[in-house]
Amino acid sequence: MGKTRGAIVVDTERCKGCGLCVVACPLHIIHLAEKSVNMKGYSYAVQEDWTSCNGCTSCAIVCPDGCISVYRTKEA
Amino acid sequence: MTREEIIQPSNLVYHKPTLMNDVPMHYCPGCSHGVVHKLIAEVVEEMGLADRTTGICPVGCAVFACNYIDIDWIEAAHGRAPAVACAAKRLNPDHLVFTYQGDGDFACIGTAETIHSLNRGDDIAVIFINNAIYGMTGGQMAPTTLMGMKTSTCPYGRQADLHGFPLKITEIAATLNGTCYVTRQAVHTVAAINRTKRAIRQAFQNCMEHRGASLVEVVSTCSSGWKKTPVEANNWMEEEMFANYPLGDIKKKDIER
Repeated sequence: MGKTRGAIVVDTERCKGCGLCVVACPLHIIHLAEKSVNMKGYSYAVQEDWTSCNGCTSCAIVCPDGCISVYRTKEA
Repeated sequence: MTREEIIQPSNLVYHKPTLMNDVPMHYCPGCSHGVVHKLIAEVVEEMGLADRTTGICPVGCAVFACNYIDIDWIEAAHGRAPAVACAAKRLNPDHLVFTYQGDGDFACIGTAETIHSLNRGDDIAVIFINNAIYGMTGGQMAPTTLMGMKTSTCPYGRQADLHGFPLKITEIAATLNGTCYVTRQAVHTVAAINRTKRAIRQAFQNCMEHRGASLVEVVSTCSSGWKKTPVEANNWMEEEMFANYPLGDIKKKDIER
């Protein structure tokens, strides 16, 4: 059985930096961008260590603005 | 395996529901409205009712809900959404008709319409967002405001002798003969969101199967009105709101008519 691998894509212009995905992530690998903001001035969510993401979709489910897409696959 | 290999269309497992428009939502960061909008769009999409659904917008923060979900909407006068929904459902019996209301709309100015529509057993679903405050107008006290809770119109906290008691309209609705499904849910965790989605689906099914009125209360946060960060607001809701508004199904009963 290969390891389940995942990755998220954040629509950074839609993200409002509420931080709910940061606390919802069971692996604690999402944080808010510290030095960059989007056009509205919000610090958007970024995935820090994408190699440990398993694509559980927790972050996307709690996102009020629907700006996270989750991809998941199994390593061969 | 590289990130690009994972990010392929065939590996997509979760994305914004296709019924949700790309328009950025005007809600404050972390607002529960966004999650509930997403759940409604998902359920309507899964039930295949996109072209047979009519939503009734309230007056309140969700007044622009019509911009965000790609279904038919009617904008009702303040509090009158259940009356409008009643007419819409009677004229289009095969349509899914739901109202989307906040606590100021549903439990204050619209109490008469709420009680009578639910009591008539109109085949409508009501999504009731309870954040214990008037969010849009600047955080004033609502009928659902908790005892001791500070708002802009009760800066020393709500007091029983001056302001009366919090209105538990969902419990009142459960006593009416016209309601077949009354439940109270929340959207602060993944598990709670999944339960809320099931509740919304049940309410929409009741509407399509003409079983009577359904009410889904969603205990929500208003981080701007509560003067908290979205994460603090969720914690405060768990500590304070759930003690007064306990989660769970309150009524599940076929109505006799």
